[in-house]
Amino acid sequence: MSASHRADEPAPAVDRIPSGTRDVLPDEMRELRAMTDRVREVFERHGYGEVYTPALEYEGTFARAAGPGGDVPWPGQSTAWRRPASAWPGARPAYRMFDEQGNVLVLRSDMTIPIARLVATRYPQAEPPLRFSYLAHAYRGVRPQRGQSREFLQAGVELIGAPAPGGTAEALNVLCAALGAAGLRTYRVGLGDASLYPALLEAVGAPIERRERILSELVEGNFVGLEGEIAELQLPDKDAELLLRVPRIRGGPEVLEGLSGALGDAVGGMRDVHALLAPEVAERIIFDLGLVRSLGYYTGAVFQVYDPAYGVPIGGGGRYDELLRSFGRHLPAVGFALHVERLHIALTGEERGRGPRIPR
Amino acid sequence: MSELRIAVPRGTLLFETLELLDRIGIDTREVRENERKLLFEDSGIVTMRPSDVPTYVEAGAAELGVTGRDVLMEQPEREVYELVDLGYGHCRMVLATAAGEDLAAEALRRLGVVRIATKYPRVAARYFLQTGRQAEIVEVKGSVELAPLTGLAEGIVDLTATGTTLRENGLVIREEIAVCTARLIANPVAHKLKAAAIDRLLERLDAV
Repeated sequence: MSASHRADEPAPAVDRIPSGTRDVLPDEMRELRAMTDRVREVFERHGYGEVYTPALEYEGTFARAAGPGGDVPWPGQSTAWRRPASAWPGARPAYRMFDEQGNVLVLRSDMTIPIARLVATRYPQAEPPLRFSYLAHAYRGVRPQRGQSREFLQAGVELIGAPAPGGTAEALNVLCAALGAAGLRTYRVGLGDASLYPALLEAVGAPIERRERILSELVEGNFVGLEGEIAELQLPDKDAELLLRVPRIRGGPEVLEGLSGALGDAVGGMRDVHALLAPEVAERIIFDLGLVRSLGYYTGAVFQVYDPAYGVPIGGGGRYDELLRSFGRHLPAVGFALHVERLHIALTGEERGRGPRIPR
Repeated sequence: MSELRIAVPRGTLLFETLELLDRIGIDTREVRENERKLLFEDSGIVTMRPSDVPTYVEAGAAELGVTGRDVLMEQPEREVYELVDLGYGHCRMVLATAAGEDLAAEALRRLGVVRIATKYPRVAARYFLQTGRQAEIVEVKGSVELAPLTGLAEGIVDLTATGTTLRENGLVIREEIAVCTARLIANPVAHKLKAAAIDRLLERLDAV
Protein backbone atom coordinates (compact mmCIF):
# COMPACT_ATOMS: atom_id res chain seq x y z
CA MET A 1 0.00 0.00 0.00
CA SER A 2 1.37 3.37 -0.88
CA ALA A 3 1.97 5.92 1.84
CA SER A 4 -0.72 8.24 0.49
CA HIS A 5 -3.44 5.68 1.27
CA ARG A 6 -2.62 4.91 4.85
CA ALA A 7 -5.67 5.15 7.10
CA ASP A 8 -3.90 7.23 9.74
CA GLU A 9 -2.93 9.89 7.22
CA PRO A 10 -4.96 13.09 7.42
CA ALA A 11 -7.69 13.38 4.80
CA PRO A 12 -6.65 15.38 1.75
CA ALA A 13 -7.07 19.09 2.38
CA VAL A 14 -10.20 20.65 0.89
CA ASP A 15 -9.59 24.16 -0.36
CA ARG A 16 -12.04 26.30 1.54
CA ILE A 17 -13.48 29.65 0.52
CA PRO A 18 -13.66 32.66 2.84
CA SER A 19 -16.40 32.71 5.47
CA GLY A 20 -19.58 34.28 4.16
CA THR A 21 -18.85 33.61 0.48
CA ARG A 22 -20.14 30.78 -1.67
CA ASP A 23 -19.99 29.16 -5.06
CA VAL A 24 -22.95 29.25 -7.44
CA LEU A 25 -23.43 26.22 -9.70
CA PRO A 26 -25.27 26.12 -13.04
CA ASP A 27 -28.82 25.22 -11.89
CA GLU A 28 -28.97 28.08 -9.40
CA MET A 29 -27.08 30.44 -11.71
CA ARG A 30 -29.59 29.85 -14.51
CA GLU A 31 -32.45 30.84 -12.21
CA LEU A 32 -30.59 33.86 -10.84
CA ARG A 33 -29.64 35.03 -14.30
CA ALA A 34 -33.18 34.69 -15.63
CA MET A 35 -34.47 36.69 -12.68
CA THR A 36 -31.87 39.48 -12.91
CA ASP A 37 -32.36 39.72 -16.68
CA ARG A 38 -36.05 40.45 -16.12
CA VAL A 39 -35.26 42.99 -13.41
CA ARG A 40 -32.63 44.72 -15.57
CA GLU A 41 -35.05 44.94 -18.45
CA VAL A 42 -37.45 46.87 -16.17
CA PHE A 43 -34.67 49.26 -15.13
CA GLU A 44 -33.70 49.94 -18.76
CA ARG A 45 -37.32 50.39 -19.82
CA HIS A 46 -37.76 53.09 -17.16
CA GLY A 47 -34.67 54.92 -18.41
CA TYR A 48 -32.18 53.75 -15.80
CA GLY A 49 -28.97 53.06 -17.72
CA GLU A 50 -26.73 50.44 -16.16
CA VAL A 51 -23.37 51.47 -14.71
CA TYR A 52 -20.53 49.54 -13.18
CA THR A 53 -18.02 50.97 -10.71
CA PRO A 54 -14.88 49.42 -9.23
CA ALA A 55 -15.36 46.87 -6.46
CA LEU A 56 -12.40 48.60 -4.81
CA GLU A 57 -12.65 52.24 -3.77
CA TYR A 58 -10.44 54.48 -1.67
CA GLU A 59 -11.49 54.31 1.96
CA GLY A 60 -11.82 58.09 1.93
CA THR A 61 -14.74 57.82 -0.51
CA PHE A 62 -16.73 55.71 1.95
CA ALA A 63 -15.57 57.70 4.98
CA ARG A 64 -16.56 60.94 3.31
CA ALA A 65 -19.71 62.60 4.54
CA ALA A 66 -20.74 65.41 6.78
CA GLY A 67 -19.97 64.80 10.42
CA PRO A 68 -22.81 65.12 12.91
CA GLY A 69 -23.93 68.72 13.06
CA GLY A 70 -21.72 70.10 10.32
CA ASP A 71 -20.58 69.70 6.76
CA VAL A 72 -16.90 69.37 7.62
CA PRO A 73 -15.48 66.11 6.31
CA TRP A 74 -14.22 63.79 9.02
CA PRO A 75 -10.58 64.45 9.84
CA GLY A 76 -7.95 61.76 10.18
CA GLN A 77 -9.01 59.45 7.39
CA SER A 78 -6.25 56.99 8.18
CA THR A 79 -8.07 56.13 11.38
CA ALA A 80 -11.49 55.98 9.74
CA TRP A 81 -11.83 52.26 10.53
CA ARG A 82 -11.89 53.06 14.25
CA ARG A 83 -15.14 54.91 13.99
CA PRO A 84 -18.25 53.29 15.39
CA ALA A 85 -20.61 51.85 12.77
CA SER A 86 -23.07 54.69 13.38
CA ALA A 87 -20.50 57.30 12.33
CA TRP A 88 -20.25 55.96 8.77
CA PRO A 89 -22.61 57.50 6.25
CA GLY A 90 -23.39 54.06 4.80
CA ALA A 91 -22.59 50.53 5.90
CA ARG A 92 -19.12 50.28 7.43
CA PRO A 93 -16.75 48.62 4.93
CA ALA A 94 -15.55 45.27 6.29
CA TYR A 95 -12.66 44.52 3.96
CA ARG A 96 -9.70 46.86 3.58
CA MET A 97 -6.29 46.53 1.99
CA PHE A 98 -3.35 48.60 0.81
CA ASP A 99 -2.30 49.29 -2.75
CA GLU A 100 1.38 49.49 -3.73
CA GLN A 101 1.54 53.16 -2.69
CA GLY A 102 0.13 52.50 0.75
CA ASN A 103 -3.35 53.93 0.06
CA VAL A 104 -6.15 52.27 2.01
CA LEU A 105 -8.67 50.59 -0.28
CA VAL A 106 -12.01 49.08 0.73
CA LEU A 107 -14.31 46.60 -0.94
CA ARG A 108 -17.49 48.65 -1.47
CA SER A 109 -20.16 48.06 1.19
CA ASP A 110 -22.92 49.42 -1.04
CA MET A 111 -23.44 50.93 -4.49
CA THR A 112 -25.09 54.21 -3.50
CA ILE A 113 -21.87 55.88 -2.35
CA PRO A 114 -19.87 54.86 -5.48
CA ILE A 115 -22.69 56.19 -7.66
CA ALA A 116 -22.77 59.46 -5.68
CA ARG A 117 -19.03 59.74 -6.41
CA LEU A 118 -19.64 58.85 -10.05
CA VAL A 119 -22.31 61.52 -10.45
CA ALA A 120 -20.10 64.23 -8.95
CA THR A 121 -17.01 63.31 -10.97
CA ARG A 122 -18.37 62.05 -14.30
CA TYR A 123 -21.48 64.23 -14.55
CA PRO A 124 -20.42 67.49 -12.83
CA GLN A 125 -22.52 69.66 -15.17
CA ALA A 126 -25.20 67.27 -16.44
CA GLU A 127 -28.75 68.50 -16.18
CA PRO A 128 -30.69 66.48 -13.58
CA PRO A 129 -32.55 64.24 -13.16
CA LEU A 130 -30.02 61.46 -13.76
CA ARG A 131 -31.06 57.83 -13.71
CA PHE A 132 -28.70 54.90 -13.13
CA SER A 133 -29.11 51.21 -12.41
CA TYR A 134 -26.66 48.53 -11.34
CA LEU A 135 -26.29 44.81 -10.83
CA ALA A 136 -23.20 44.45 -8.72
CA HIS A 137 -21.70 42.78 -5.66
CA ALA A 138 -21.19 44.57 -2.38
CA TYR A 139 -19.32 43.37 0.70
CA ARG A 140 -20.18 43.60 4.38
CA GLY A 141 -19.01 41.92 7.57
CA VAL A 142 -22.31 40.20 8.33
CA ARG A 143 -22.83 36.97 10.26
CA PRO A 144 -23.02 34.37 7.50
CA GLN A 145 -26.26 32.40 7.20
CA ARG A 146 -28.86 31.73 4.54
CA GLY A 147 -29.53 34.96 2.64
CA GLN A 148 -26.78 36.72 4.57
CA SER A 149 -23.54 36.56 2.59
CA ARG A 150 -20.51 38.78 3.02
CA GLU A 151 -20.34 39.08 -0.75
CA PHE A 152 -23.84 39.73 -2.02
CA LEU A 153 -25.37 40.71 -5.33
CA GLN A 154 -27.54 43.81 -5.44
CA ALA A 155 -29.86 45.03 -8.18
CA GLY A 156 -30.88 48.63 -7.76
CA VAL A 157 -31.41 52.11 -9.09
CA GLU A 158 -30.44 55.65 -8.10
CA LEU A 159 -32.53 58.63 -9.17
CA ILE A 160 -30.43 61.78 -8.79
CA GLY A 161 -31.88 65.29 -8.83
CA ALA A 162 -35.56 64.38 -8.41
CA PRO A 163 -36.90 65.71 -5.09
CA ALA A 164 -39.72 64.33 -2.96
CA PRO A 165 -42.47 63.44 -3.42
CA GLY A 166 -42.26 62.88 -7.21
CA GLY A 167 -38.83 61.25 -7.22
CA THR A 168 -39.74 58.96 -4.32
CA ALA A 169 -42.94 57.85 -6.06
CA GLU A 170 -41.03 57.12 -9.27
CA ALA A 171 -38.51 54.98 -7.37
CA LEU A 172 -41.32 53.02 -5.68
CA ASN A 173 -43.08 52.48 -9.00
CA VAL A 174 -39.87 51.12 -10.54
CA LEU A 175 -39.27 48.98 -7.43
CA CYS A 176 -42.65 47.29 -7.72
CA ALA A 177 -42.30 46.86 -11.49
CA ALA A 178 -38.98 45.10 -10.87
CA LEU A 179 -40.38 42.86 -8.12
CA GLY A 180 -43.31 41.94 -10.35
CA ALA A 181 -40.99 41.15 -13.26
CA ALA A 182 -38.86 39.00 -10.95
CA GLY A 183 -42.01 36.97 -10.32
CA LEU A 184 -42.81 37.91 -6.73
CA ARG A 185 -46.55 37.96 -6.00
CA THR A 186 -47.27 38.46 -2.31
CA TYR A 187 -44.69 41.09 -1.37
CA ARG A 188 -45.45 44.33 0.48
CA VAL A 189 -43.44 47.53 0.76
CA GLY A 190 -43.07 49.23 4.14
CA LEU A 191 -42.87 53.03 3.80
CA GLY A 192 -41.53 55.20 6.60
CA ASP A 193 -39.68 58.46 7.00
CA ALA A 194 -36.19 58.69 8.49
CA SER A 195 -36.83 62.28 9.59
CA LEU A 196 -40.08 61.51 11.42
CA TYR A 197 -38.82 60.20 14.75
CA PRO A 198 -35.95 62.71 15.03
CA ALA A 199 -38.53 65.47 14.39
CA LEU A 200 -40.72 64.11 17.20
CA LEU A 201 -37.74 63.97 19.57
CA GLU A 202 -37.05 67.58 18.67
CA ALA A 203 -40.69 68.56 19.15
CA VAL A 204 -40.87 67.09 22.67
CA GLY A 205 -37.53 68.65 23.57
CA ALA A 206 -35.51 65.46 24.09
CA PRO A 207 -31.90 66.36 24.90
CA ILE A 208 -29.67 66.02 21.82
CA GLU A 209 -27.17 63.75 23.57
CA ARG A 210 -29.91 61.19 24.32
CA ARG A 211 -31.40 61.08 20.85
CA GLU A 212 -28.75 58.84 19.32
CA ARG A 213 -29.33 56.13 21.92
CA ILE A 214 -33.08 56.32 21.49
CA LEU A 215 -32.76 56.00 17.71
CA SER A 216 -30.39 53.07 18.02
CA GLU A 217 -32.94 51.19 20.19
CA LEU A 218 -35.45 51.85 17.44
CA VAL A 219 -33.09 50.60 14.71
CA GLU A 220 -32.56 47.41 16.71
CA GLY A 221 -36.28 46.96 17.26
CA ASN A 222 -35.80 46.95 21.02
CA PHE A 223 -39.11 48.32 22.27
CA VAL A 224 -38.27 47.38 25.85
CA GLY A 225 -35.04 49.38 25.68
CA LEU A 226 -36.89 52.24 23.97
CA GLU A 227 -39.38 52.37 26.82
CA GLY A 228 -36.53 52.54 29.33
CA GLU A 229 -34.76 55.34 27.45
CA ILE A 230 -37.96 57.35 27.14
CA ALA A 231 -38.81 56.87 30.83
CA GLU A 232 -35.42 58.37 31.70
CA LEU A 233 -36.24 61.55 29.77
CA GLN A 234 -39.00 62.31 32.35
CA LEU A 235 -41.26 63.89 29.76
CA PRO A 236 -44.90 64.84 30.34
CA ASP A 237 -47.09 61.73 30.03
CA LYS A 238 -48.62 62.69 26.70
CA ASP A 239 -45.20 63.19 25.08
CA ALA A 240 -43.81 59.92 26.43
CA GLU A 241 -46.95 58.15 25.26
CA LEU A 242 -46.52 59.66 21.78
CA LEU A 243 -42.87 58.54 21.53
CA LEU A 244 -43.87 55.00 22.52
CA ARG A 245 -46.96 54.77 20.35
CA VAL A 246 -45.58 56.14 17.07
CA PRO A 247 -43.03 53.37 16.30
CA ARG A 248 -45.79 50.79 16.70
CA ILE A 249 -48.04 52.43 14.09
CA ARG A 250 -48.01 50.36 10.91
CA GLY A 251 -50.66 49.27 8.44
CA GLY A 252 -52.77 50.55 5.55
CA PRO A 253 -53.71 54.19 4.81
CA GLU A 254 -56.21 54.06 7.72
CA VAL A 255 -53.34 54.29 10.24
CA LEU A 256 -52.55 57.83 9.04
CA GLU A 257 -56.11 59.05 9.56
CA GLY A 258 -56.70 61.36 12.46
CA LEU A 259 -53.03 62.06 13.13
CA SER A 260 -52.61 65.74 13.96
CA GLY A 261 -50.10 68.19 15.35
CA ALA A 262 -46.40 67.46 14.94
CA LEU A 263 -47.19 63.89 13.96
CA GLY A 264 -49.74 64.96 11.36
CA ASP A 265 -47.15 67.26 9.77
CA ALA A 266 -44.52 64.54 9.84
CA VAL A 267 -46.65 62.03 7.93
CA GLY A 268 -47.66 64.63 5.33
CA GLY A 269 -44.68 63.64 3.19
CA MET A 270 -45.75 59.99 3.24
CA ARG A 271 -49.28 60.93 2.23
CA ASP A 272 -47.93 63.00 -0.68
CA VAL A 273 -45.83 60.10 -1.97
CA HIS A 274 -48.72 57.67 -1.63
CA ALA A 275 -51.01 59.94 -3.64
CA LEU A 276 -48.59 59.86 -6.60
CA LEU A 277 -48.16 56.08 -6.77
CA ALA A 278 -49.60 53.90 -9.48
CA PRO A 279 -52.70 52.13 -8.03
CA GLU A 280 -51.10 48.67 -8.15
CA VAL A 281 -48.13 50.07 -6.24
CA ALA A 282 -50.19 52.04 -3.71
CA GLU A 283 -52.02 48.89 -2.62
CA ARG A 284 -48.71 47.23 -1.74
CA ILE A 285 -47.72 49.95 0.71
CA ILE A 286 -47.67 49.42 4.46
CA PHE A 287 -47.20 52.72 6.26
CA ASP A 288 -44.65 52.09 8.97
CA LEU A 289 -43.96 54.98 11.32
CA GLY A 290 -41.35 52.97 13.19
CA LEU A 291 -39.26 52.16 10.12
CA VAL A 292 -35.76 53.48 10.59
CA ARG A 293 -33.05 52.14 8.33
CA SER A 294 -29.64 51.80 9.86
CA LEU A 295 -27.77 53.57 7.05
CA GLY A 296 -26.94 57.10 8.15
CA TYR A 297 -27.32 58.83 4.80
CA TYR A 298 -31.12 58.53 4.63
CA THR A 299 -32.86 61.87 5.11
CA GLY A 300 -36.53 61.37 4.23
CA ALA A 301 -38.72 58.56 2.92
CA VAL A 302 -37.30 55.08 3.60
CA PHE A 303 -38.73 51.79 2.42
CA GLN A 304 -38.24 48.09 2.85
CA VAL A 305 -39.55 45.07 0.92
CA TYR A 306 -41.19 42.20 2.82
CA ASP A 307 -42.54 38.86 1.67
CA PRO A 308 -44.57 36.49 3.85
CA ALA A 309 -42.54 33.60 2.41
CA TYR A 310 -39.31 34.84 4.00
CA GLY A 311 -38.52 36.20 7.45
CA VAL A 312 -36.03 38.90 6.47
CA PRO A 313 -36.40 41.99 4.27
CA ILE A 314 -35.58 41.45 0.58
CA GLY A 315 -34.36 44.95 -0.11
CA GLY A 316 -34.99 48.56 0.58
CA GLY A 317 -34.01 52.12 -0.05
CA GLY A 318 -34.86 55.70 0.60
CA ARG A 319 -34.08 59.36 0.08
CA TYR A 320 -30.57 60.66 0.63
CA ASP A 321 -30.87 64.37 -0.10
CA GLU A 322 -27.57 65.39 1.56
CA LEU A 323 -25.14 62.65 0.47
CA LEU A 324 -24.32 64.14 -2.93
CA ARG A 325 -23.34 67.41 -1.28
CA SER A 326 -20.35 65.79 0.40
CA PHE A 327 -19.17 64.83 -3.09
CA GLY A 328 -19.56 68.37 -4.41
CA ARG A 329 -22.91 68.24 -6.22
CA HIS A 330 -25.81 69.12 -3.99
CA LEU A 331 -28.72 67.22 -5.50
CA PRO A 332 -31.65 65.49 -3.82
CA ALA A 333 -31.70 61.77 -4.57
CA VAL A 334 -33.51 58.51 -3.93
CA GLY A 335 -32.69 54.89 -4.66
CA PHE A 336 -33.22 51.28 -3.72
CA ALA A 337 -31.33 48.01 -3.79
CA LEU A 338 -32.74 44.50 -4.01
CA HIS A 339 -30.79 41.68 -2.42
CA VAL A 340 -30.76 39.22 -5.32
CA GLU A 341 -30.08 36.09 -3.25
CA ARG A 342 -32.93 36.92 -0.86
CA LEU A 343 -35.22 37.72 -3.76
CA HIS A 344 -34.51 34.23 -5.07
CA ILE A 345 -35.18 32.65 -1.65
CA ALA A 346 -38.50 34.51 -1.36
CA LEU A 347 -39.48 33.52 -4.89
CA THR A 348 -38.73 29.87 -4.15
CA GLY A 349 -40.66 30.21 -0.88
CA GLU A 350 -43.71 31.59 -2.65
CA GLU A 351 -43.60 28.75 -5.16
CA ARG A 352 -43.64 26.05 -2.50
CA GLY A 353 -46.11 27.72 -0.15
CA ARG A 354 -44.66 28.40 3.25
CA GLY A 355 -41.44 26.53 2.62
CA PRO A 356 -40.73 23.67 5.02
CA ARG A 357 -43.51 24.84 7.30
CA ILE A 358 -46.65 22.85 7.75
CA PRO A 359 -49.32 24.39 5.51
CA ARG A 360 -52.04 26.23 7.39
CA MET B 1 -55.78 27.12 13.68
CA SER B 2 -53.74 29.99 15.01
CA GLU B 3 -52.57 32.83 12.78
CA LEU B 4 -49.39 33.28 14.80
CA ARG B 5 -46.81 30.68 15.70
CA ILE B 6 -45.28 31.25 19.13
CA ALA B 7 -41.94 29.76 20.23
CA VAL B 8 -42.27 28.80 23.89
CA PRO B 9 -39.19 27.95 26.00
CA ARG B 10 -39.07 24.66 27.85
CA GLY B 11 -37.35 24.81 31.24
CA THR B 12 -37.82 27.33 34.02
CA LEU B 13 -39.83 29.81 31.94
CA LEU B 14 -42.29 27.19 30.64
CA PHE B 15 -44.86 27.19 33.43
CA GLU B 16 -45.30 30.95 33.70
CA THR B 17 -45.33 31.31 29.92
CA LEU B 18 -48.16 28.78 29.62
CA GLU B 19 -50.05 30.53 32.45
CA LEU B 20 -49.73 33.81 30.59
CA LEU B 21 -50.85 32.29 27.29
CA ASP B 22 -53.88 30.78 29.06
CA ARG B 23 -54.81 34.16 30.44
CA ILE B 24 -54.77 35.78 26.99
CA GLY B 25 -56.97 33.04 25.59
CA ILE B 26 -54.52 30.60 24.01
CA ASP B 27 -55.37 27.04 25.00
CA THR B 28 -52.23 25.36 26.38
CA ARG B 29 -53.77 22.13 27.77
CA GLU B 30 -52.30 20.04 24.97
CA VAL B 31 -48.81 21.42 25.73
CA ARG B 32 -49.14 20.59 29.43
CA GLU B 33 -50.26 17.05 28.64
CA ASN B 34 -47.47 16.28 26.17
CA GLU B 35 -43.92 16.45 27.47
CA ARG B 36 -42.34 15.18 24.27
CA LYS B 37 -44.44 16.73 21.54
CA LEU B 38 -42.88 19.88 20.05
CA LEU B 39 -45.40 21.36 17.63
CA PHE B 40 -48.98 22.16 18.66
CA GLU B 41 -50.87 23.32 15.64
CA ASP B 42 -54.19 24.30 17.15
CA SER B 43 -52.69 26.79 19.56
CA GLY B 44 -49.75 27.75 17.33
CA ILE B 45 -47.27 26.84 20.06
CA VAL B 46 -43.87 25.30 19.36
CA THR B 47 -41.65 24.35 22.30
CA MET B 48 -37.85 24.40 22.37
CA ARG B 49 -34.78 25.26 24.43
CA PRO B 50 -34.82 28.93 25.45
CA SER B 51 -31.58 29.63 23.58
CA ASP B 52 -33.13 28.36 20.33
CA VAL B 53 -36.08 30.76 20.50
CA PRO B 54 -34.27 33.73 18.85
CA THR B 55 -33.02 31.44 16.07
CA TYR B 56 -36.56 30.34 15.12
CA VAL B 57 -38.00 33.82 15.43
CA GLU B 58 -35.20 35.49 13.45
CA ALA B 59 -35.76 33.07 10.55
CA GLY B 60 -39.52 33.59 10.64
CA ALA B 61 -40.15 29.92 11.50
CA ALA B 62 -42.13 31.36 14.43
CA GLU B 63 -43.64 34.86 14.36
CA LEU B 64 -43.34 35.40 18.12
CA GLY B 65 -41.28 33.91 20.91
CA VAL B 66 -40.68 34.06 24.62
CA THR B 67 -37.17 33.87 25.98
CA GLY B 68 -35.00 35.28 28.76
CA ARG B 69 -33.10 38.52 28.47
CA ASP B 70 -29.98 36.49 29.27
CA VAL B 71 -30.43 34.61 25.99
CA LEU B 72 -30.88 37.85 24.04
CA MET B 73 -27.79 39.35 25.70
CA GLU B 74 -25.75 36.33 24.64
CA GLN B 75 -27.02 36.55 21.03
CA PRO B 76 -27.00 40.32 20.39
CA GLU B 77 -26.68 39.97 16.61
CA ARG B 78 -30.06 38.24 16.22
CA GLU B 79 -32.38 40.40 14.17
CA VAL B 80 -35.53 40.15 16.24
CA TYR B 81 -37.76 42.80 17.79
CA GLU B 82 -37.91 42.84 21.56
CA LEU B 83 -41.53 43.84 22.16
CA VAL B 84 -42.44 43.42 25.82
CA ASP B 85 -40.78 42.83 29.17
CA LEU B 86 -43.09 40.10 30.52
CA GLY B 87 -41.81 40.62 34.06
CA TYR B 88 -41.63 37.00 35.20
CA GLY B 89 -38.60 34.73 35.35
CA HIS B 90 -36.77 37.33 37.38
CA CYS B 91 -33.05 36.45 37.60
CA ARG B 92 -29.77 38.24 38.00
CA MET B 93 -26.65 37.81 35.86
CA VAL B 94 -23.84 37.93 38.40
CA LEU B 95 -20.12 37.56 38.89
CA ALA B 96 -19.49 35.13 41.75
CA THR B 97 -16.35 33.70 43.35
CA ALA B 98 -15.58 31.37 46.25
CA ALA B 99 -16.40 32.79 49.68
CA GLY B 100 -13.56 34.27 51.68
CA GLU B 101 -10.79 36.16 50.00
CA ASP B 102 -11.80 37.25 46.47
CA LEU B 103 -9.50 35.15 44.31
CA ALA B 104 -10.68 36.91 41.16
CA ALA B 105 -9.56 40.27 42.50
CA GLU B 106 -6.29 38.74 43.61
CA ALA B 107 -5.70 37.19 40.17
CA LEU B 108 -6.34 40.55 38.52
CA ARG B 109 -3.95 42.30 40.87
CA ARG B 110 -1.11 39.80 40.78
CA LEU B 111 -1.49 38.07 37.39
CA GLY B 112 -3.25 40.79 35.40
CA VAL B 113 -5.86 38.37 34.04
CA VAL B 114 -8.75 36.57 35.71
CA ARG B 115 -10.13 33.24 34.50
CA ILE B 116 -13.92 33.22 34.32
CA ALA B 117 -16.03 30.14 33.66
CA THR B 118 -19.47 30.72 32.15
CA LYS B 119 -22.27 29.50 29.94
CA TYR B 120 -22.49 33.09 28.68
CA PRO B 121 -19.06 33.71 27.09
CA ARG B 122 -20.10 36.79 25.16
CA VAL B 123 -21.88 38.45 28.06
CA ALA B 124 -18.87 37.77 30.28
CA ALA B 125 -16.32 38.97 27.74
CA ARG B 126 -18.29 42.16 27.09
CA TYR B 127 -18.72 42.87 30.81
CA PHE B 128 -15.01 42.56 31.57
CA LEU B 129 -14.12 44.63 28.53
CA GLN B 130 -16.54 47.37 29.57
CA THR B 131 -15.22 47.41 33.12
CA GLY B 132 -11.64 47.65 31.90
CA ARG B 133 -10.37 44.31 33.21
CA GLN B 134 -8.66 41.48 31.37
CA ALA B 135 -10.39 38.15 31.55
CA GLU B 136 -9.85 34.75 30.04
CA ILE B 137 -13.27 33.30 29.37
CA VAL B 138 -13.70 29.54 29.74
CA GLU B 139 -16.93 28.26 28.25
CA VAL B 140 -18.60 25.37 30.07
CA LYS B 141 -21.94 23.76 29.24
CA GLY B 142 -23.29 22.92 32.68
CA SER B 143 -22.78 23.19 36.48
CA VAL B 144 -20.64 26.24 36.20
CA GLU B 145 -20.35 26.38 40.04
CA LEU B 146 -17.84 23.56 39.84
CA ALA B 147 -15.24 25.70 38.11
CA PRO B 148 -14.07 27.86 41.04
CA LEU B 149 -14.27 24.90 43.44
CA THR B 150 -11.82 22.86 41.38
CA GLY B 151 -9.48 25.64 40.34
CA LEU B 152 -10.59 25.70 36.69
CA ALA B 153 -11.37 29.37 37.10
CA GLU B 154 -11.30 32.06 39.78
CA GLY B 155 -14.81 33.25 39.12
CA ILE B 156 -18.02 32.55 37.24
CA VAL B 157 -20.55 34.63 35.36
CA ASP B 158 -23.94 33.00 35.66
CA LEU B 159 -27.65 33.52 36.05
CA THR B 160 -29.14 33.16 39.51
CA ALA B 161 -32.72 33.42 40.72
CA THR B 162 -32.45 32.99 44.49
CA GLY B 163 -28.70 32.50 44.95
CA THR B 164 -29.31 29.16 46.68
CA THR B 165 -27.18 27.06 44.34
CA LEU B 166 -24.34 29.55 44.62
CA ARG B 167 -24.53 29.53 48.43
CA GLU B 168 -24.71 25.75 48.65
CA ASN B 169 -21.50 25.57 46.65
CA GLY B 170 -19.73 28.10 48.83
CA LEU B 171 -19.83 30.92 46.27
CA VAL B 172 -20.69 34.55 46.92
CA ILE B 173 -22.00 37.19 44.53
CA ARG B 174 -19.38 39.88 43.99
CA GLU B 175 -21.02 41.97 41.26
CA GLU B 176 -24.38 42.20 39.55
CA ILE B 177 -24.17 42.48 35.76
CA ALA B 178 -27.81 42.67 34.73
CA VAL B 179 -31.36 41.89 35.78
CA CYS B 180 -33.03 39.41 33.43
CA THR B 181 -36.72 38.71 32.89
CA ALA B 182 -38.74 36.96 30.19
CA ARG B 183 -39.18 38.92 26.96
CA LEU B 184 -41.65 38.66 24.11
CA ILE B 185 -39.78 38.84 20.80
CA ALA B 186 -41.06 39.09 17.22
CA ASN B 187 -39.81 38.45 13.71
CA PRO B 188 -39.34 41.90 12.09
CA VAL B 189 -41.12 40.96 8.85
CA ALA B 190 -44.05 39.33 10.68
CA HIS B 191 -44.27 42.46 12.86
CA LYS B 192 -45.13 44.39 9.69
CA LEU B 193 -47.10 41.83 7.69
CA LYS B 194 -49.14 40.46 10.61
CA ALA B 195 -49.39 43.75 12.46
CA ALA B 196 -53.08 43.40 13.32
CA ALA B 197 -52.77 39.90 14.82
CA ILE B 198 -49.67 40.84 16.80
CA ASP B 199 -51.22 44.06 18.10
CA ARG B 200 -54.36 42.18 19.19
CA LEU B 201 -52.17 39.81 21.18
CA LEU B 202 -50.25 42.73 22.72
CA GLU B 203 -53.52 44.36 23.75
CA ARG B 204 -54.64 41.19 25.48
CA LEU B 205 -51.26 41.06 27.25
CA ASP B 206 -51.72 44.64 28.41
CA ALA B 207 -55.12 43.75 29.78
CA VAL B 208 -53.98 40.87 32.04
